[in-house]
Amino acid sequence: MKKEILYSIKSPYREPLDIIGFRFGSGSPALAVVGAMRGNEVQQMYVCAKLVRELKKLEKKRGIVPGKEILVIPCVNYYSMNIGKRFWTMDNTDINRMFPGYDLGETTQRIADGVFSQIKNFEYGIQMASFYQQGDFLPHVKMMKTDFAEQELMSLFGMRYGIVRTPRPYDTTTLNFNWQIWETKAFSVYTNATDVIDESSADDAVTAILRFMTRAGIITGKIHPGYCTEIIPESGIEQIRTESAGIFRSMTHVGTHVEENDILGKILDPLDCEENSYIRASAAGVVFFEFNKPLIDENTVCFKLIKD
Amino acid sequence: MVTTVTQASLAVNEKLTIRKNRIKNGSGKKRLCLVTGIHGDELEGQYLAYLVGKKLNDSIGCLDGTVDIYPALNPLGIDSITRGIPKFDLDMNRVFPGSKDGTLTESVCGAIIDDISGADICVDVHSSNIYLKELPQIRISVPTAKTLVPYAKMMNVDFIWVHDAATVLESTLAHTLNSRGTKTLVVEMGVGMRITEEYCFQLYEGVFNLLKELGMWSGETKPVREPVISLNRSVGFVNSDAAGVFVPCRRFGDNVKKGEHIGDVLDPLTSTVAAQINAVCDGMIFTLREYPIVFGGSLLARILQPENAEEGGEAL
Ligand SMILES: [Zn+2]
Repeated sequence: MKKEILYSIKSPYREPLDIIGFRFGSGSPALAVVGAMRGNEVQQMYVCAKLVRELKKLEKKRGIVPGKEILVIPCVNYYSMNIGKRFWTMDNTDINRMFPGYDLGETTQRIADGVFSQIKNFEYGIQMASFYQQGDFLPHVKMMKTDFAEQELMSLFGMRYGIVRTPRPYDTTTLNFNWQIWETKAFSVYTNATDVIDESSADDAVTAILRFMTRAGIITGKIHPGYCTEIIPESGIEQIRTESAGIFRSMTHVGTHVEENDILGKILDPLDCEENSYIRASAAGVVFFEFNKPLIDENTVCFKLIKD
Repeated sequence: MVTTVTQASLAVNEKLTIRKNRIKNGSGKKRLCLVTGIHGDELEGQYLAYLVGKKLNDSIGCLDGTVDIYPALNPLGIDSITRGIPKFDLDMNRVFPGSKDGTLTESVCGAIIDDISGADICVDVHSSNIYLKELPQIRISVPTAKTLVPYAKMMNVDFIWVHDAATVLESTLAHTLNSRGTKTLVVEMGVGMRITEEYCFQLYEGVFNLLKELGMWSGETKPVREPVISLNRSVGFVNSDAAGVFVPCRRFGDNVKKGEHIGDVLDPLTSTVAAQINAVCDGMIFTLREYPIVFGGSLLARILQPENAEEGGEAL
């Protein structure tokens, strides 16, 4: 294992931001794993940190296939983490909207370039991603649909669901999209936490990544096979939105199978507790996503279902 | 007449409401939309909206047609000094065209597009951000330049920047409207969180000149300035490699020579100059850093090179 500074940037009064990478094995660049790019992605950093610990053990046991190199970057943006901010400390930009980056550009473009130049030649790339919607969801792996993507590869993780996303214009500056453009087979792995640690979900993610590495011939060892992954297009996930605003009370939880028309939750008037509306399942299926904040606006996605 | 463009309920006893003021006179069928406030920290358009509406109200007889003024496309952002939509990760100007049956933000964006679509021209006023000050300019992507440059020239700006199209910009209000046949000009002027009166008056003259050229205004107008157009010119970017406090020594709009000293990044702890900043090319400073704290990479200035300059900048 080699611990190294991959990129460093200066600030006026803080210690430099040193982006740390852990390199295992040597030879052809096989897999790069990137953790927190936003200041609240603690779980994402934690999964990478656990992975580093596992890979150290594995390296001692000579479990890394000769000729394969692995790079893990647990935290790109601890500057924001240390001050409790989500996006970049100075200008509030999102590093994950700056790829492929630009070495002569703005600070976060330089950081994106500094990271990307280290990880763009790998055969596989995994980003520990966080969800932009507030809520709990079933852990899954996601790929962008590009000409390059081989969606079946998602099944190597043995996670329950593999989701295929058709990129929108704003996706074209994300790490995942640009990895694929540079011909890295790129995945985003989602666990069910971001700014808190969920121990068992973190362990599941580490296991899924190790399973992937075993099946992709990067490490050796035995690991239980996990799920037979169901691969579905993101557009096929049923979204249920609120018809009114107020206090949101869920009456189900993620992973539950529901029938069409079942009551999933309700919205209460925040000032007199009158029931404003009930939220019903628009189809039969498994609850994939559930909003988890107490207050909700009108027209907000409160549940997502993977239809039967 | 003030009307509601769209509304959506927020969690506790409040509705998000997008409003516009429709000022109409005569039998003319033409319509101009003046929109601003997509970015809640950009306020130059607030004063411009006031000035334009006031003039129209005071001299309504000179108007033939419809002017719709939308001062706040992101009212929650403006009222809370938030650039984006509070609680929402994406920049509002990355959500267009939106969708009538989408989420709250998507449906608001969709309703705005539906409301503006079909206008003869739309002017979307921005004011940079809180870090950089901009000379009054109109930004146009290469594919729309042929259609839009003639109108941009009527607007009394100093500069028309024709830039490359980028996929990520396909989700802007202007791109959406232009691709649906509603000509839309994007103005950038001044700096975030402030009002630069001089620039607001300059654009105010431009808006009335545009109305006159469209045959919608018979009142008095002043001759407009001839803008510099970026075609056949390059833009030089001056980014800081050092971190510290930036203090410029040349002013906005100045013409500088390549290598000329334009400012310093200072280290107040040791009272030393962390880096002397020099012009990367000949030309006019049309963007200058306003917010002094800089990191490695922070943009300090943009310089527009003279026509057909060969080196040191990004070709447009
Ligand atoms: Zn803006």
